[in-house]
Amino acid sequence: MTDMPVGERKQLAPPTDDSGILGWMRKNLFSSWGNGLTTVVLLVAIVWILNWFLEWAVFTANFTASTGSECRGQGACWALIREKFRYIFFGSFPYEQHWRPLFAVIAMLSMLVLSADRRMWNWRLLVIWGVGSFVTFLLMFGQLHIPLSLFLVVALVVGGIGMAMRQGIARAGEMNSYRALAAIGLVGLVLRFIGILPAWKLSIAPLSYVETSLWGGLPVTIILATYGLAFAFPYGILLALGRRSNLPLVKGLCVGFIELIRGVPLISLLIMASVMLPLFLPSGTTIDKFLRAQVAVILFAGAYIAEVIRGGLQSLPKGQFEAADAMGLNYPQKTLLIILPQALRVVIPPLINTFIGFFKDTSLVLIIGIFDFLNTANQALVDPNWAGFPGEVYLFAAFVYFVFCYSMSRYSKYLELELNKGTRR
Amino acid sequence: MLNKIMAAGVVAVGLVGAAGTAQAGKDLDAVKARGQLICGVSTGVAGFASADSQGKWTGIDVDVCRAVSAALFGDSEKVKYVPTTAQQRFTALQSGEVDLLSRTTTYTLTRDTALGFDFTGVNYYDGQGFMVNKKLGVKSAKELNGATVCVQPGTTTELNLADYFRANKMTFKPVVIEKIEEVRAAFFAGRCDVFTTDASGLYATRAANAPNPDDYIILPEIISKEPLGPVVRHGDNQFADIVRWALYAMIEAEEYGITSKNVDEMLKSDNPSIKRILGVTPGMGKALGVDEKWVYNIVKSVGNYGESFDRNVGAGSPLKIARGQNELWTKGGLQYAPPIR
Repeated sequence: MTDMPVGERKQLAPPTDDSGILGWMRKNLFSSWGNGLTTVVLLVAIVWILNWFLEWAVFTANFTASTGSECRGQGACWALIREKFRYIFFGSFPYEQHWRPLFAVIAMLSMLVLSADRRMWNWRLLVIWGVGSFVTFLLMFGQLHIPLSLFLVVALVVGGIGMAMRQGIARAGEMNSYRALAAIGLVGLVLRFIGILPAWKLSIAPLSYVETSLWGGLPVTIILATYGLAFAFPYGILLALGRRSNLPLVKGLCVGFIELIRGVPLISLLIMASVMLPLFLPSGTTIDKFLRAQVAVILFAGAYIAEVIRGGLQSLPKGQFEAADAMGLNYPQKTLLIILPQALRVVIPPLINTFIGFFKDTSLVLIIGIFDFLNTANQALVDPNWAGFPGEVYLFAAFVYFVFCYSMSRYSKYLELELNKGTRR
Repeated sequence: MLNKIMAAGVVAVGLVGAAGTAQAGKDLDAVKARGQLICGVSTGVAGFASADSQGKWTGIDVDVCRAVSAALFGDSEKVKYVPTTAQQRFTALQSGEVDLLSRTTTYTLTRDTALGFDFTGVNYYDGQGFMVNKKLGVKSAKELNGATVCVQPGTTTELNLADYFRANKMTFKPVVIEKIEEVRAAFFAGRCDVFTTDASGLYATRAANAPNPDDYIILPEIISKEPLGPVVRHGDNQFADIVRWALYAMIEAEEYGITSKNVDEMLKSDNPSIKRILGVTPGMGKALGVDEKWVYNIVKSVGNYGESFDRNVGAGSPLKIARGQNELWTKGGLQYAPPIR
């Protein structure tokens, strides 16, 4: 090279069979006789299937029929979806009030999208979830009656967390305000429990009340999945920490709970919650069926999340724990500031996997007569005027589920890259 | 020690539960105090109970709930519908989650007794049959030895099927699928040779779902009696009476030619039976513990039995099921209501 004078050498274009579309195809699709044949066969198959599908789903499809019999003998009957989409999305919610579940879904989705952003992972997250949940349930119920006890519980929890986390860091003034908050919550709860404080409720009632038995469709799926996992997540963390605890009683309880829940199917848990529980309660006291299903989902998801998180905890080297101890951090500080951020990062893929699984598992609530999105779609099939088009309905339902699950999957990918910036080369 | 405490706890909880159900002779009071009837329906059976595009429940089973509501409150819309699955329906009624179950439930001895329920009548006489593809060349159910059979789980259908094949010394391979829509789809896709369910369901399926209805035949054998009717739990006879007579009133109204359209004119009728039924001559409502105009309210808002049948499953619906055994006794069917007097 070096002995060739500059300018002597002809500038050659790269060989045509190595570059451009042709080159790419040659390299990737037709690199040998076998590969070439496979490519051709698959291409023919794809075109054939696509042709058949488009013929059915678009060219001969019926978008305008007013009853099912008009659709018969043609392609896809999308008119069915047009007629039924409001029922499929919102179930038996009063028809003229469908804007309420619509905005509730929008509120929940905005809440989820906002909390997906890492910049919000601080006090803002609490505000987002507080406002989002308030708007969602206000729209769904129409009226909220927030009992005094809830405020007291919040005060106790906030005060307690503040005391634990800021120990040895905060000044006396700040510490005292946490202590005061916790004390107000605790004393208030005790007084409320023995009946000295009245059963005061903060009532906000701008809309007509809609009970949970009328809820259906997409809001039910999203509420069950979102709040199921939102509560199961901290609960699962506690279980995972408890399982690694040195205290035999705590450890035994956590192991027992996790193994018991993982040992039975979700359906049996739902049946227990919906069928056995009311038989044991004295007549007259009923716990809302939706709430029972929600609690069953939380317990179930908690056990699974606990095991995922335990995997993350075990992957941490012992030095991290010892270093935190050496820094003089107490247990909550050590766990929340040192251990969990590292452990959770490791388990993001299995965690999102659990989330996606539960988003779809919520359909099992049909067994206790709650209509989530898949079940309202099923219900659309039963109308005698529109009988006989299961393909269209299931395809539509599958599409909606795919949109949600694929978004979660992409988010997991983004989060993995984002959180592993420090360890990537 | 711990075990003993826990055992005591379980017993105590059990006692509370037992006491709760034993003193619940107050189902009617509870319904009245609530101002709403809670009615268990199926999770979707065309013509019997299904939610329409607006989320409103319709069907012949739903009409029973509406009739009871009309008798109790003078308004057929004071009903909360709770969809129940085949497995969950009886516990929903036992636990008091629903007041009344009206969901294609077959009236049998064990259900009426051991489960602690009372069937209050029959709103649809059905029977189990078989549907096959004509290509099989089968003319009788006796020729079905070795066939694969599509069937729903947890129903008397499944049990009858096994009994019938065993009694005729034949074997079969069951294909068990929970959802009726999916059973149908499996059958028409050729996953099984035979589809068995109640004859009403077979006719409806053939009319609505078959790619070409002429390709399928329903075999002549009807292998079971399936009287479907509303159910209440033991413990409140007055409530059971109201449910029973709400259905009888619909049948009686058809027999006397009282329809939702002519009920106002019928109030002026001279026929003493009609006067009694519609409460022009008082007494019936008082005896039943409801408003004297209870039958008027039922017929006005729900219609008589024939109207309900036509609208939901009969000639006026896409299902087009013939009246058959569900015709009035005066026209050769089985629907017969004791006199309202």
